[in-house]
Amino acid sequence: MTALATDTALRIDGVSRVFGAGAGQVHALDGIHLDVRPGEFVCLLGASGCGKSTLLSLVAGLDRPTVGTVDTGGRRVGMMFQDSALLPWLTAGGNVEVPLKLRRVPKATRRARVDELLGMVRLAGQGDRRPHELSGGMRQRVSLARAFAQEADILCMDEPFGALDAMTRDLLHDELERIWRETGVTVLFVTHDVREAVRLGDRIVLLSSRPGRVAEIFDVAMDRPRRIDEHQVSELASVVTARLRQEVARHGH
Amino acid sequence: MATDTDTVTSRSLEAGSGTDGRNLGPGPGGDPATGDPATPAQRTSDEALAGLDALDLPVSSGRPTAGRIWSVTWPKIAALALFLLVWQIVVWSGWKPTYVLPGPGDTLPEFFDQLGTGEFWDAFGRTLTRAGEGYAVAVVLGGVVGLVVARFGLLRAAVGSFITALQTMPSVVWVPLAILLFKLNESAIMFVVVLGAAPSVANGVIYGVDYVPPLLVRVGRSMGARGFSLYRHVVAPAAFPSVLAGLKQGWAFAWRSLMAGELIVIVPGHPSIGADLQNARDLSDTVGVLVSMLTIFAIGVAVDAVFNILDRRMRERRGLLSEGSNAVRAARGPRNGRPKEDLAGPTGPVGPLSGADTSAV
Ligand SMILES: Nc1ncnc2c1ncn2[C@@H]1O[C@H](COP(=O)(O)OP(=O)(O)OP(=O)(O)O)[C@@H](O)[C@H]1O
Ligand SMILES: [Mg+2]
Repeated sequence: MTALATDTALRIDGVSRVFGAGAGQVHALDGIHLDVRPGEFVCLLGASGCGKSTLLSLVAGLDRPTVGTVDTGGRRVGMMFQDSALLPWLTAGGNVEVPLKLRRVPKATRRARVDELLGMVRLAGQGDRRPHELSGGMRQRVSLARAFAQEADILCMDEPFGALDAMTRDLLHDELERIWRETGVTVLFVTHDVREAVRLGDRIVLLSSRPGRVAEIFDVAMDRPRRIDEHQVSELASVVTARLRQEVARHGH
Repeated sequence: MATDTDTVTSRSLEAGSGTDGRNLGPGPGGDPATGDPATPAQRTSDEALAGLDALDLPVSSGRPTAGRIWSVTWPKIAALALFLLVWQIVVWSGWKPTYVLPGPGDTLPEFFDQLGTGEFWDAFGRTLTRAGEGYAVAVVLGGVVGLVVARFGLLRAAVGSFITALQTMPSVVWVPLAILLFKLNESAIMFVVVLGAAPSVANGVIYGVDYVPPLLVRVGRSMGARGFSLYRHVVAPAAFPSVLAGLKQGWAFAWRSLMAGELIVIVPGHPSIGADLQNARDLSDTVGVLVSMLTIFAIGVAVDAVFNILDRRMRERRGLLSEGSNAVRAARGPRNGRPKEDLAGPTGPVGPLSGADTSAV
């Protein structure tokens, strides 16, 4: 719990994570360095299996690095999982309420807060529905509301919109960007989708595979709000894609 | 804890700051153009989301309850009628003289007559009290043992298979020991019931905790749940289906054990259904035997119905009902083809125990 400089919300310093031992060892991450500014939106991009989820787990404190440190300066880290991962025995509202209960928010405040958060993700009045009664997109939004209920300073999102149709995803990009601007939360956003990364990120961190290393960092100096079908977005996306291909091709031989 | 005052103060959604989440006011340093809560762009996106949501919501399958009750009741009535018919046919066939095997026409009136006597209710009450007390003790004991064993790996290795072995022990086997330890009294019966039921309850808890999906544990931990709060908010509810299966099976074992106990451990001056059954047998009173058996059967069915209601409600709430709207939706085509998790649910298997239910006492 060292003091981070005020312009750093998260410092990932020389982090490696090795799974297993002996011949079957997997170097999931190797010597990752990354500083993230408060309120920054960072997208993590990389081929499947390059260690993106592992990195988020380390940041969220669900796992420990083999070498190196992850310093959040005592900030609260929230996590949104790839599939919505709602608790199936609770209603949508109940799911959003859990983080509030865990922080011992008084009951009266909790009610109002849940309604507020569901409103934020455009699910006002749907709080009594059970997860299985919601569509995939709606579940994802409940999950988003739950992540925001943690009042995290750093929000880790692991391919949150990967399984959604393009239209729902576009709309959720708008929602997420709006909420991010309103709250000033720092976001670490994992995706496979290069355009999505360009659409949302202030910076794009490209990871190489086996071992996972930072291959390149792209600054996205584009005005917001962006549209995913915008010319500029496509342009940068093709640059990033070319670089990603290069990374993947390294493993071809 | 949020220590960085910068971030905290700049967050318009911090609890207590009184901001309305729906207020689209610009964040600090945000774009003033978004200040209007209903910019046309925002409105369109809202409408689009609402449209998609409307398409996505399941069609509620609200069948009328009266119809549903009838649809589950009539097969039972038909089965009962069939059973009575077969019984009557066997009697008519003259396989045994009617004083050895009376028909339903002799037995049922006697059964209903019995319902009007004080002795019957006395015996009924005592048996149910024994069952209730023994089951309650078994639930507490089995629950605690299950939790402790599930929590500590060493104990698991030591007693895990022992519990399963205990579960397969026919409970009559405990009766002689119980009589030697406690003589012919209530404690002996209690002993048999508790030992019969507790292992099932413990196993239900152990399996339940074992099969909590790791993802849900990670979800809980990522929200800051640790130790007891993790158990309360994630592990316990996730384990509930298996625990309920264990409770149901535990009841079946408690009831069987109780009958084994009551047939053999007859406490003088303490009439019970099992004692009545034994008495009737001693007097070669087949009608009496059948009346007691009917009573035992009826209680078993009634308690089973309670467990089934609980089970059904739990599965309904978690979207685990196969006849529910999900299966219907999934079967109806691509538009409704939700991911399979809807059907399986991330709740872990409900029935690692159900197979053992058939092992008779
Ligand atoms: N618990 C574990 N034990 C062993 N190996 C693991 C474990 N978790 C992850 N790995 C390995 O670490 C590597 C990185 O995994 P990770 O899940 O972080 O990839 P990812 O970038 O998130 O992939 P995807 O994009 O497919 O989700 C993989 O090779 C995986 O096999
Ligand atoms: Mg992953």
